[in-house]
Order: sequence, then C-alpha cells, then structure tokens
Amino acid sequence: MIELEDVSKVYSTGSPAIKNINLNIKKGEFVFIVGNSGSGKSTLIKLLLKELEPTSGKIVVNGKELAKLKRKKIPYYRRDIGVVFQDFRLLKDRNVYDNIAFAQRVVETPNKVIMRRVPAMLSLVGLSEKYRSFPKELSGGEQQRVALARAIVNNPAIMLADEPTGNLDPKNSWEIMKLLEEINKRGTTVLVVTHNREIVDAMNKRVITMHKGVIVSDETKGEYHEN
Amino acid sequence: MKISTFIYNIGQGIKNIKRNKLFSLASVGTITACIFLMGMFYAIIANFQHMVKEAEESVCITVFFKEDITEDGITNIGNLIKSKPEVSKIEYTSADEAWQEFSKLYFADDPELAEGFKDDNPLAKSANYEVYLNDLSKQSEVVKYIKSIDGVRKVNDSPVTAKSLTDFGKMVGYISIAIIIILLGVAIFLISNTVMIGITVRREEIRIMKLIGASDFFVRAPFIVEGVIIGLIGAIIPVCVLMIIYEKVIVYLMTQFQTFTSQILFIPLKEIFMIIAPAALIIGAGIGFIGSKITIRKHLKV
Repeated sequence: MIELEDVSKVYSTGSPAIKNINLNIKKGEFVFIVGNSGSGKSTLIKLLLKELEPTSGKIVVNGKELAKLKRKKIPYYRRDIGVVFQDFRLLKDRNVYDNIAFAQRVVETPNKVIMRRVPAMLSLVGLSEKYRSFPKELSGGEQQRVALARAIVNNPAIMLADEPTGNLDPKNSWEIMKLLEEINKRGTTVLVVTHNREIVDAMNKRVITMHKGVIVSDETKGEYHEN
Repeated sequence: MKISTFIYNIGQGIKNIKRNKLFSLASVGTITACIFLMGMFYAIIANFQHMVKEAEESVCITVFFKEDITEDGITNIGNLIKSKPEVSKIEYTSADEAWQEFSKLYFADDPELAEGFKDDNPLAKSANYEVYLNDLSKQSEVVKYIKSIDGVRKVNDSPVTAKSLTDFGKMVGYISIAIIIILLGVAIFLISNTVMIGITVRREEIRIMKLIGASDFFVRAPFIVEGVIIGLIGAIIPVCVLMIIYEKVIVYLMTQFQTFTSQILFIPLKEIFMIIAPAALIIGAGIGFIGSKITIRKHLKV
C-alpha cells in the first residue's frame, strides 16, 4: 500500500529531514511512527500527501508512483487519503455538519449522498447531537472527532494522522485511538505519527521509530521488520 | 461540473463577499465609479458623434454645369456621381427651382419685385447637383473626381468644415478611449486586490481543501464568482444612476437652452441604453473575471 525506496529529503536550507528511508506498509495495517521533534515524522507525512517532493528515492502509494503523478492528478490522489492533524484544522465559520459535508462537497459528491453519509459519520464518532455546534463550542477531543469524521467520510484507502492526540488529555486521546482502530478494522490502512509512548505501547501495533531522519527501529509486538 | 457544485460555488462566492464586506464594498464602489464615468463619456461621445454626423450630413458639395449642357448631359453627370460608393445621395435643383427658392426667401414680402425677373431668370446658370457623402473625410477625392467629369463647370465644397469635423470627432474618440483604458486598469487592479485579501483570509481553508482533494477548479471557482458578482453589482448601479441622470439632463438642456438645443438632436434614452446597459454588464463581469483570474494565478498556487 505504501512503499518508500531510498527516500531522502533535504530542505533548501541544506538540512536533511529524511535520509535514505526504506519502508513498506501493507494494506489494512495500523502503524505508529514515533520519534522526537526533528526526527522527520512530519516530513514523511508531507511526502506521502505530496505536499513535498523527495530530493531522491521513490514513493509508491496505492499503486501510484508519486514522482510520475501529474499536477492535475494530485487532488484525485489525495481523495484516497484521509488526514487529521494535531490542531484539528476545522473551518471555524462552519458547524460540525458543514465541516464534514465540506470534505464531500470538494470531491463533488451529490447532495443526496452527503445527506446520508454525514449523519452516519457523526454517529460513528459519537457527535450526532452536536451537528449544529461550531468548532469553538466543542472540546479538543470533540473537535478531533469531527476532524476524524471529515477524514473518513470519503472512504479513503489510507488514513494519515499527524499527532492526533497532541492537544488532548489522556481520556480523549484514548477515544481517538479507539476510533482510529475502528476505522482500521473497516479496512483502512492507518498511519499515526505520535510521540505518546504510553498509547503506542498499549495499542500493540507496528511501531516505526525515527531519529534524525533515519528509521532506527521497526517492530510489531513479537515481530521485527528489518529496514 | 455538477449542478450542485455550481450552486455551491456561487454560494461560496457570495459568502466570500459577505465575509469581506468592507473590501467588497470598496471594489463595488470603484467599479461603479469607473463604469459610471465610462457610461457618461460614452453618452457624451455618442451624442457628440450623433451631432457631428447630423452636421456632416448637412455638408454637401454643389456641382454646377457648363452653359451649353443638355438635359441628357446633366443626367449623365448625375449617374457618374451616384456611381461613387462615397456618395450617399444627390439632389438636383434646376435653374427655375433655384430662382423660386431664392425669390421665396428674399422677395416673400414684395412678390411684385420678383415679377420683374419673370422672363429673365438671373440664376439661369445655377442648375446644380447637391452631393451628400457617407464619409466627409473622402470629400477632396470626390471633388477631384467630379471636376474631372466633362460638362462640369464649377464645384463648391467646404474642405475646412469637413476636415475640422472629422478631426474633432477623431480627437474626442481617442481621448475617450485613453480615459476608458486607464479606468479599466484601475478597476482591475482594485478588484484584484479585493480577491487577494479574500485569498489571504481563507488561506487555511484553501490548504484544507487542497489536502482533502479539491480540484484546482473547485478551489478557484468561488473567487472567480466573487469577482464576477462584484463586477456585475458595480455595473448595475451606475447603469441605473445614468439612466435617471441622462433623462433629467436632456430635459434640463432642452428646457433651459432652447435656442441652442433646437439645433441639436439628442439620442433617445432607450436607444443609448440599449448599448450602455449590456456593455456595462459585460465590462463589469469582465473586469471581475480578469481581476480575480490575475490574482488567482499570482497568489493561489493549487
């Protein structure tokens, strides 16, 4: 599902963010990427979203080689990837319903489908009652659940979560992780970037550890992937 | 594009305007001022050209014939003149008609004085053709041609009138085109600024849209809609204002300056706004479209 071959990224300042990374994530996997600040985790997410171009190496996602992807095809590629961020990135001037519907509108989903799909997503994340609330009226955990609903409303094949629990208390962090696990069970490949070691240890999933732009370990409970 | 997407983008364009009320108002105001001035210039120029045309149409070349010419010779000269494409019409005045006109004009109070010339027409050599042209600038060419026709004795023309009217008309045309181009430039610049502010305000939203997988068109469309709507509102307002003012000004001129205006024919309101209204809407929408397109190309890399 996600393949990286000798991928490096050097920023224009000259500092290398990622050095010769090799990685293979299979369809339906749930993977944590952990590491300190500056380890290259967020750069990896940006490369997968094609927000950044690698300096060298090959990235293949969902059978598409990103370097060969034409500019006009990028939006269509991204429609197969759901993404959530630490700061939720909700539209402040729209209510919960419209924030989720927005993701469907931008991919030109018919209104009838939107009206059926958004309530289903609200129910999944447990926010059916708050569909008319605006982001500022919600707690951090609720905002992240809206962001999750928005990320999965288009049935993406891959879900990328960049520090999804970074701004949340332990209780809400667990709720978000449980939701991500639920999404993964429905067949979506989930890639979570985090530095919350406690959650990572408790979830029993594959964990890739990065340090200074290099993968230093790749292990699943009882299993080790050589990179 | 799906109808629901089209409606959604129009809605977003309207929301952009509402979110950005002050700048949208400033843009509408500027376009209104620009189109108002354009409309006003057009109305003045169109009326002026209308008057020039009226004046041009009254300027004619008079062709006199040699004394020994026959009726057939005169007809032949008339046919040759009429064959020129620059000639719009010719009118023949015989020596008798010329005398009748003259006596009506000068002996109206004492017709018995004219009786003295009954058998001796003093204007016997005054049979003539009055030649009217389509384009006054071609007058000298036509005069040269008529002078070359056998049987023509004399050609009276008014080269100064013709040239000065044509030159003045051209000068007014060039000045107005220059002013309109400058105003269009200003309007495009301002609308472009408004859209740029909209893009800056919505930068985060645009980033989210791009990450979710919105196409270039979907991201750009609301800004184009915003520009076009601002342009259209900025066109409708001055057209309405101009319609009211035009009618009032014409009525004022006709009543206050009767002696002067009795010589002049103004273009009727309906006729002039058949051109101004659609032109203003097209220009307004065009300014909005071009202004937003320029900004999007420059500031919205999707």
